[in-house]
Amino acid sequence: MKEKLVLVGNGMAGVRTLEELLKLGPDDYEITVFGEEPYGNYNRIMLSPVLAGDKTIDEIMLNDEQWYTDNNIKLHKGKKITEIDRVNRKVIADDGTVEDYDRLLLATGSQPFIIPIPGNDLDGVISFRDIHDVDLMLDAAKEKKHAVVIGGGLLGLEAANGLLLQGMSVTVVHLMDTLMERQLDKPAAAMLKKSLEEKGLHFLMEAQTEAIIGKDQVEKVRFKDGTEIYADLVVMAVGIRPNFELAEKAGIHCERGIVVNDTMQTFDPRVYAVGECVQHRGQTYGLVAPLFEMGKVCANHFAKMGIGSYEGSVTSTKLKVTGIDLFSAGDFTGDENCEELVFQDAARGVYRKLVVKDNKIQGTVMYGDTIDGTWYFDLMRDETDITDFRENILFGQAHLGDSGHGDDNRIAMMSDTTEICGCNGVCKGDIVKAITEKKLFTLDDVRAHTKASSSCGSCTGLVESLLAHTVGGDYSVAPHLKPMCACTEHTHDEVRASIKKNELKSIPAVMDLMSWKTAGCSKCRPALNYYLLCQWPGEFKDDSQSRFINERAHANIQKDATFSVIPRMWGGGTTPEELRKIADVAEKYKVKTVHVTGGQRIALYGLKKDELPGIWGELNEAGLVSGHAYGKALRTVKTCVGKEWCRFGTQDSTHLGIELEKMTWGSWTPHKYKMAASGCPRNCAEATIKDFGVVCVDSGYELHVGGNGGIKVRVTDLLCTVKTEEEVLEYAAAFMQIYREEAHYMERTAPWIERVGLTYVKEKMLDDPEGRKAAAERFLFAQKFAQDDPWEERAKGGEAHEFTPIKKIS
Amino acid sequence: MSENWIEVGKLDDIPAQGARIVETKGGNIAVFRTQDDEIFAVLDKCPHKGGPLSQGIVSGKRVACPLHDWKINLDSGEAVAPDEGCAATYPVKMEGDMIMMSLTANEGCPNS
Ligand code: SRM
Ligand SMILES: Cc1cc2nc3c(=O)[nH]c(=O)nc-3n(C[C@H](O)[C@H](O)[C@H](O)COP(=O)(O)OP(=O)(O)OC[C@H]3O[C@@H](n4cnc5c(N)ncnc54)[C@H](O)[C@@H]3O)c2cc1C
Ligand code: SF4
Ligand code: FES
Repeated sequence: MKEKLVLVGNGMAGVRTLEELLKLGPDDYEITVFGEEPYGNYNRIMLSPVLAGDKTIDEIMLNDEQWYTDNNIKLHKGKKITEIDRVNRKVIADDGTVEDYDRLLLATGSQPFIIPIPGNDLDGVISFRDIHDVDLMLDAAKEKKHAVVIGGGLLGLEAANGLLLQGMSVTVVHLMDTLMERQLDKPAAAMLKKSLEEKGLHFLMEAQTEAIIGKDQVEKVRFKDGTEIYADLVVMAVGIRPNFELAEKAGIHCERGIVVNDTMQTFDPRVYAVGECVQHRGQTYGLVAPLFEMGKVCANHFAKMGIGSYEGSVTSTKLKVTGIDLFSAGDFTGDENCEELVFQDAARGVYRKLVVKDNKIQGTVMYGDTIDGTWYFDLMRDETDITDFRENILFGQAHLGDSGHGDDNRIAMMSDTTEICGCNGVCKGDIVKAITEKKLFTLDDVRAHTKASSSCGSCTGLVESLLAHTVGGDYSVAPHLKPMCACTEHTHDEVRASIKKNELKSIPAVMDLMSWKTAGCSKCRPALNYYLLCQWPGEFKDDSQSRFINERAHANIQKDATFSVIPRMWGGGTTPEELRKIADVAEKYKVKTVHVTGGQRIALYGLKKDELPGIWGELNEAGLVSGHAYGKALRTVKTCVGKEWCRFGTQDSTHLGIELEKMTWGSWTPHKYKMAASGCPRNCAEATIKDFGVVCVDSGYELHVGGNGGIKVRVTDLLCTVKTEEEVLEYAAAFMQIYREEAHYMERTAPWIERVGLTYVKEKMLDDPEGRKAAAERFLFAQKFAQDDPWEERAKGGEAHEFTPIKKIS
Repeated sequence: MSENWIEVGKLDDIPAQGARIVETKGGNIAVFRTQDDEIFAVLDKCPHKGGPLSQGIVSGKRVACPLHDWKINLDSGEAVAPDEGCAATYPVKMEGDMIMMSLTANEGCPNS
């Protein structure tokens, strides 16, 4: 017999929990759902666009009745549960329907707050919560003229905007002297008010409603100061109250909401609760992102996986009024220990404020241009130290050196044919269409369905903004700590820590101990393989089947399934003998393309896989070894000719580059790793866009870290200047090792440094000489096991199965 | 169908969570071995842009194409949603530790 799960409340949080549960354990329960509203499940957020005439009810349905049937869920729509009999484990509905449960999920949402004043029950006085309310408003707009919206918060303004677009004359009445005072500071609120007035809304600020007047139907609204205004329709949008009456009546502990623990369990262990009706760690929530996080955790426990825990959420707000861009998150007023960074351009209608404490963002308010909202939000949530880019932070992420997709990214103004994802050729229109038609909520959904942002990732910010813009709320908000991939709940850091602490020495051991949900995937297995290899040099046996083909075959796969071969040219130097060998090999194997790479060496293209060991053997004869152009590994060390030839050269940069490459080749890293050494500040080897770059100066060597070319160009940060080559080598080894040990797999030094902060890297590299030396030693130790030419091994017959068909049928 | 069976090779010739190819006139066929020693044969041509599936990472009963990371189900040859497409699959069976395969593709995939 399957256990019985009953859900009370057919809204966004409850059904989301069921969706998550169906993904984890589709057959775990016999599921029954009660919903007071007479529909399937719809996207409540989108009621505002429906009211504004941008959407229809059909378009905002998330799960129609067919979905319930398809998933064997019994839906009792239009039935309200009036009683929970916890002793006999039954719920009873207003029409007498009774259902038994083994586990009960309460997701009863909230109720709009109705101000206790005379006349609040007249016809024409409504709230803004469900489809029924929207229907009433749309009907009223057809015949009536004057609408009064009480409440100048998010909901009130969206209602007012909708009614205005439906042709009514609308007055917004607000108790305070500024709009949306819980989300906006005064300057932003003033800009908002001005824009809304330009659209045609009227405002009555600091007005306290005293009574609603009328016979049966509302006629007027009267205020404390005695003034009155005409009204055919009054919408009360002054706040919501968690709906916990049912739970309270059943003796479940409630305070301001149904009290739950970190696994979404109430005081009765059989009863869980999610959504706006709950109170978690003293907080209640009124936005969907946290509710979805709760749903995920709750589903995890229903599926008896027992590993999720909900630790509260940081939320952000957007207003869904077309043409108005505002964003707010966190604590945007601050206290005496906070500083404010403000940018204001009245002519362009742009305002940004960041509240900063100890160089960490506490909150933000943005108006007019909100493209950087998600970035600030991430910095805030990750508690990133912003010291190093503080002077530019207000200008946005684009001004941190992104030369590619930086400017003019104002989503709303883009045409449907604007290309968003350059890798996969996906336009704005395609993405918006997929989001609306396929009802996508998260970045991952959009990636899966449209491919946008799934390749190089440089358009991720744009896609997130589009998502926020199209679905309205803050759907795009990722959980506080991102799991490595869908196979696990654990983050990269947790996995690394556990490998170390529990002395895990194989991929299956990690997956077992950390309760992997699947057999792994092409994302987590290469990461685990790397983490194990980095933690246990010499001990861990590399799992080649968990490596991407390039690293498994030691060559880069091409689009036609052939491979390229790029031998190492130490520091960019070569010899006639090497060149002759390359020429001979290229002729003998009929190489289609010989190309001088962007990394100062020569690439041979179009080789068949079974030819590789042969060609490698021949290259080895001239001393040419693998260049690891295919690996998350040390790639190239570019150099210029330096003082040996150049009239400006200050040091022997070529020699230094070769030494660096000899020391580091063969090393596996979280992402690819590139170095360069330039002989003088003219910097011909482009050392300042490398992971580790050296610029020689008369007095020694400037060490630069965390740069890259590529998708988002980032110029290095200057770490320090040292005097001798030996020091350069020590610092290079130490920096590489710290990066190897601490970065997430697939995170290059540039994003790593932006995440942890340059200050942190300086502390480890400069303030702690002992630590630096130890890190350099750990690096050199690991290199003992890494510096075997993989080509030589295979040319001599190693891993033969990799390079030969199992059978040929002619 | 049964007269079509050919010997491919021994189970241990293929690494667990890996694949080897059988070269035929009609193109390569990838023979996969899962972690649980199940064997599957799939046309070595991704339904997306023809990537060599034999070179992908095998997890569970799926392979991730090396070119653009589509996931293909080894048993049906079908791409995992939301991607759409399908690669032909071929009957396989074990005789002792010998892998046997038929060169007549299973029905059901327009690609066969
Ligand atoms: C071969 C080469 C192009 C060429 O013919 O010149 C090349 C080819 C590829 N690059 Fe590159 N990059 C090559 C130099 C560069 C450079 C220039 C440099 O090294 O100075 C850059 C910019 C500098 C940098 O990395 O900071 C570069 C930035 C990228 C990026 C963006 C990296 C980033 O962090 O933004 C990618 C994408 C990635 O790694 O995810 C990439 C990815 C690729 C891949 C691996 C794409 C892929 O996954 O298949 C290409 C492999 C082709 C192949 O099979 O050979 N390639 N790539 C160059 C090899 C250099 C070498 O000798 O090893
Ligand atoms: C107009 C509007 C715009 C919004 N815009 C945004 C936005 O832009 N971004 C954002 O993040 N959030 C927004 N929200 C808030 C968001 O919609 C809510 O946070 C979310 O819907 C709450 O989900 P829930 O499941 O807790 O409650 P609900 O979605 O309200 O679901 C609760 C359901 O339970 C039913 N129910 C209650 N009691 C019983 C009972 N005893 N028996 C049976 N059924 C019962 C109710 O009828 C209701 O259908 C908006 C809300 C509204 C109204
Ligand atoms: S070599 Fe680099 S820039 Fe050129 S197409 Fe490939 S990934 Fe893009
Ligand atoms: S060719 Fe296989 S995913 Fe593109």
